[in-house]
Amino acid sequence: MALQSLDITSRSATTTPSPGVRQTQKVAKLIDISKCIGCKACQVACMEWNDLRDEIGTNHGVYDNPLDLTDKSWTVMRFSEVELEKGKLEWLIRKDGCMHCADPGCLKACPAPGAIVQYSNGIVDFHEEHCIGCGYCITGCPFNIPRLSKKDDKVYKCTLCSDRVSVGMEPACVKTCPTGALVFGSKEDMIQHAEERIVDLKSRGYNNAGLYDPPGVGGTHVMYVLQHADQPQIYNGLPKDPQISLLVELWKGVLKPIMSLGLGLVALTGFFHYVTVGPNEVKEDANENQHGR
Amino acid sequence: MTNHWVDIKNANLVLVMGGNAAEAHPCGFKWVTEAKAHNKAKLIVVDPRFTRSAAVADYYAPVRAGSDIAFLGGVINYLLTNNKIQHEYVKAYTDAGFIVRTDYTFEDGVFSGYDETKRKYDKSTWMYELGADGYVKTDPTLTNPRCVFNLMKTHYARYTPELVSSITGTPKEQFLKVCEMIAETSAPDRTMTIMYALGWTQHSVGAQMIRTAAMVQLLLGNIGMVGGGMNALRGHSNIQGLTDLGLLSEALPGYLTLPKEAETDYKAYIEKRVQKPLRPGQFSYWQNYGKFHVSLMKAWYGDAAHKDNNFAFDYLPKLDKPHDILQVFEDMHQGKLNGYFCQGFNPLAAFPCKAKVGRALTKLKYLVTIDPLVTETSTFWENHGEYNDVDPAKIQTEVFRLPSTCFAEEDGSLVSSSRVLQWHWKGADPTAEAKSDLEIVAGIFLRLRGLYQKEGGAFPDPILKVTWNYAILSAPSPEEIAREYSGKALDDLMDPKDKTKVVRKAGEQLDGFGQLTDDGKTACGCWIFSGAWSEKGNLMGRRDNSDPSGLGITLNWAYAWPSNRRVQYNRASCDPSGKPWDPKRKLIGWNGAKWAGVDVPDFKPDAAPEDAMNPFIMNSEGVGRFFVVDKMGDGPFPEHYEPFESPLDVNPLHPKNPKAKNSPAARVFKDDLDQFGDAKEFPYVATTYRLTEHFHYWTKHTKLAAIMQPEQFVEIGEDLAKMKNIKSGDRVRVRSIRGFIKAVAVVTKRIRTLEVYGKKVYTVGIPIHWGFQGLAPNGFIANTLTPSVGDANTQTPEFKAFLVTIDKL
Ligand code: SF4
Ligand code: SF4
Ligand code: SF4
Repeated sequence: MALQSLDITSRSATTTPSPGVRQTQKVAKLIDISKCIGCKACQVACMEWNDLRDEIGTNHGVYDNPLDLTDKSWTVMRFSEVELEKGKLEWLIRKDGCMHCADPGCLKACPAPGAIVQYSNGIVDFHEEHCIGCGYCITGCPFNIPRLSKKDDKVYKCTLCSDRVSVGMEPACVKTCPTGALVFGSKEDMIQHAEERIVDLKSRGYNNAGLYDPPGVGGTHVMYVLQHADQPQIYNGLPKDPQISLLVELWKGVLKPIMSLGLGLVALTGFFHYVTVGPNEVKEDANENQHGR
Repeated sequence: MTNHWVDIKNANLVLVMGGNAAEAHPCGFKWVTEAKAHNKAKLIVVDPRFTRSAAVADYYAPVRAGSDIAFLGGVINYLLTNNKIQHEYVKAYTDAGFIVRTDYTFEDGVFSGYDETKRKYDKSTWMYELGADGYVKTDPTLTNPRCVFNLMKTHYARYTPELVSSITGTPKEQFLKVCEMIAETSAPDRTMTIMYALGWTQHSVGAQMIRTAAMVQLLLGNIGMVGGGMNALRGHSNIQGLTDLGLLSEALPGYLTLPKEAETDYKAYIEKRVQKPLRPGQFSYWQNYGKFHVSLMKAWYGDAAHKDNNFAFDYLPKLDKPHDILQVFEDMHQGKLNGYFCQGFNPLAAFPCKAKVGRALTKLKYLVTIDPLVTETSTFWENHGEYNDVDPAKIQTEVFRLPSTCFAEEDGSLVSSSRVLQWHWKGADPTAEAKSDLEIVAGIFLRLRGLYQKEGGAFPDPILKVTWNYAILSAPSPEEIAREYSGKALDDLMDPKDKTKVVRKAGEQLDGFGQLTDDGKTACGCWIFSGAWSEKGNLMGRRDNSDPSGLGITLNWAYAWPSNRRVQYNRASCDPSGKPWDPKRKLIGWNGAKWAGVDVPDFKPDAAPEDAMNPFIMNSEGVGRFFVVDKMGDGPFPEHYEPFESPLDVNPLHPKNPKAKNSPAARVFKDDLDQFGDAKEFPYVATTYRLTEHFHYWTKHTKLAAIMQPEQFVEIGEDLAKMKNIKSGDRVRVRSIRGFIKAVAVVTKRIRTLEVYGKKVYTVGIPIHWGFQGLAPNGFIANTLTPSVGDANTQTPEFKAFLVTIDKL
């Protein structure tokens, strides 16, 4: 979504310097999984605000619906039944969607100038009018977030409601969440709020409660409070230490400039192989501790 | 709710049982989150399933569907044997020391006075010993073996942790852990709130489940307290208003009651309801029954209701028996009804035993539905394959569908679970031909009255004399109706203390029900709502949420009944001398001259503590009742009975008495008796429920809700799934003796196998929201499976515990 009131700090496949005069606060959405009841109000709010309507699907033997992120479902709740201690069942419900990485793999991987941007407040946004539908961002994303639309061959994902945020409103999902599991504010405030929550969770016996703000992607502007921060994978495969793949770094750092000179075909083969086979090492540990998703 | 939604944030402990607040009341559930986040509260969930509420609970314990009285009776036993009760409260504010008649007995599961052929109790022995002065005899030392406290102790001594665990399937340690956590709130400065809903109501012993919980709360001194109470979470946005306005067959507005067939004498009718104090100095507020009743009749019949005709008493129908919906469909099924009006109601989907409801509807000459949506009921005659396999050619019922507006298309008031009447303004114009319910009913009334005017009839007066003086006769406005239920003076009202002073001039709106009279000078359509629209205007429209105490008492936000009070029985939040039990959470107190505080006192404002008037002013005893005397149909103390369809052969509390297996007084119709399934053929316990993503049978018409939860499913545990070779996502058929449904299976760890009375009990969870109309894929009506048996007090059907079998398709 192109917006003029936010400064853009980085753009895909662009080398022109970015504006740097205005001082902007970094924002963040904090998702407190210990408060989430999986009501999906946030999913509905996202569709309403963004004028999206996914298909009316079917039941796949789980509560997750739609079953996965799509071009029309920018956020979905993922339900995991986990028994860390015998007899102590937990139903962990994680709101999945774009993490708005400080160091966004999607943006780095994108070859279309200006199709993916990062605003000075930290939001990573897709400007679909520039998207060429190559799907590189999907490969570049360590969280498996962007989805290619069959309808217009462009890629979509959560905008962190950049349109709302730019005019001083909280994201639609945050506004709707009935339990306060979703909060939004400056990243600093959100970290502080998370710390208070973690103290409370520890007092209730969750000794490994903690904040998920993974350094491998430079931290994120969507963070989680986890009851078991030592095992993020149990939350339906939340990666323990997400990293931007080396190949994407390479592509960004070396190949893309070379590409523009019409070189580097050999290296490119490697990248395409990577694109088709995919990076998702995440998926494996994901299935270990969870059943019935 | 005795308390209110916001007050839940003040609790130290939240017990969610007989309900699933996070699932069914996600918006209100934020107050639980608030209590946890800012009051260090703990949350316990006790439920047959590990629910969405359990997902955020501190402690979860499983319980077999339908065994909650055993669980809660066990809690009572635990509190009494471990001496974990709020002693002073119990002594001062309950009937613990009241002496019970010697002929009251309880033998092997049956109370005195049982008539097996009628399935009814003669309740005359369920009474206190009265002295010559007409007051109850008491023993404040609680040593008399016939005092309520000791009878209660004996009654629940049988509910040992071992037996409780065996009946409920809750592992003993887990049961005891819950008891311990609950017991901590017996301290005067700690409170537990209990949040329940249809998980308690919808059983053949539903009302008694709720009562058992209320007894626990009385023992702990948690009624009337901030962060305490018995909190019924109502389902529809205005189901509270429905009950308040008396839309039940035996009720009149404001919990007044219709006369029975034998009650043809007006004086006797009133005298029976005007309850004289049973203890000295008690307020016994129902002494004012006559004022509420006469004001109601004046609102309905105006000048046609006067002293000489007993305020039109003869216009009121006299009931032969309750005509609740189960009864009505039974009568319809027997061909005794010609027509049926169905307003905002979808009985084919919402009622037990769909086959019976469907057959009953075919016997009508006409059916009228008033609804914003196309309901299954209004299309019961259409063939929808497996989902509704009927032959339209054979159905002669004429169906009239009157499209109505939905709540967002009209102004009006809604009563929340908090008892708050909140005005709302319409957000959109009605679509197409839709008319408001007011307009539709007015239209029917005017035509009907016209027919009576023209043709006379056996007894036209009750219709012809109805007050109908709205500005537009065919479309009374919500404002006019609201002013009517709030009440006005018909004549100048004088100050009882100074007869020369006019309190309210004729025609003015009243300030509250304290101004009602029984001489015909006031009119009030629903006494408990009185004051909602006073001379100050429409108080329901107020939106000032200032909360001076920080306890969530916002007296200038809308209007709570009664008298804008937010916490009922709040006199009980103070000790007998008038000081709050918990000074940090003070609601009201005695200031030397009157009762005052941040809430409206639920008490006679000038009754000094020395007067020894007790807090439960609606009871003629003035105290909270453990022994409920004759107020319930199925016993003065709650007793565990098995659901009518139970996996057990006997009631483990009375293994030798088949009469006490199920509730002896629950209502079963003759032809439904052979419609009960047997555990041999139907070995699994089923329970029905709602999901967050949907609201009853409405939201399957809404695209977004249909996307969120598109297709019908049932939930089973992993053990049963393995036995039946069912995997998540497989299609299964669930069958009861009454029919079958097909759905997708969700196999889950959240439903555990329970060890019950020496056998394994498997639970099948059945969400209800599907049918053959709407945007979501068609599904089967879940109530195809459920039995038609009603609670002895409320006649609410037993949707929450019955038997099924399940197979992979
Ligand atoms: S709205 Fe809030 S509570 Fe509901 S699913 Fe989303 S994050 Fe969870
Ligand atoms: S989560 Fe994926 S799509 Fe979102 S900013 Fe990070 S890399 Fe990009
Ligand atoms: S932030 Fe906006 S776009 Fe992202 S999930 Fe929430 S509502 Fe959807």
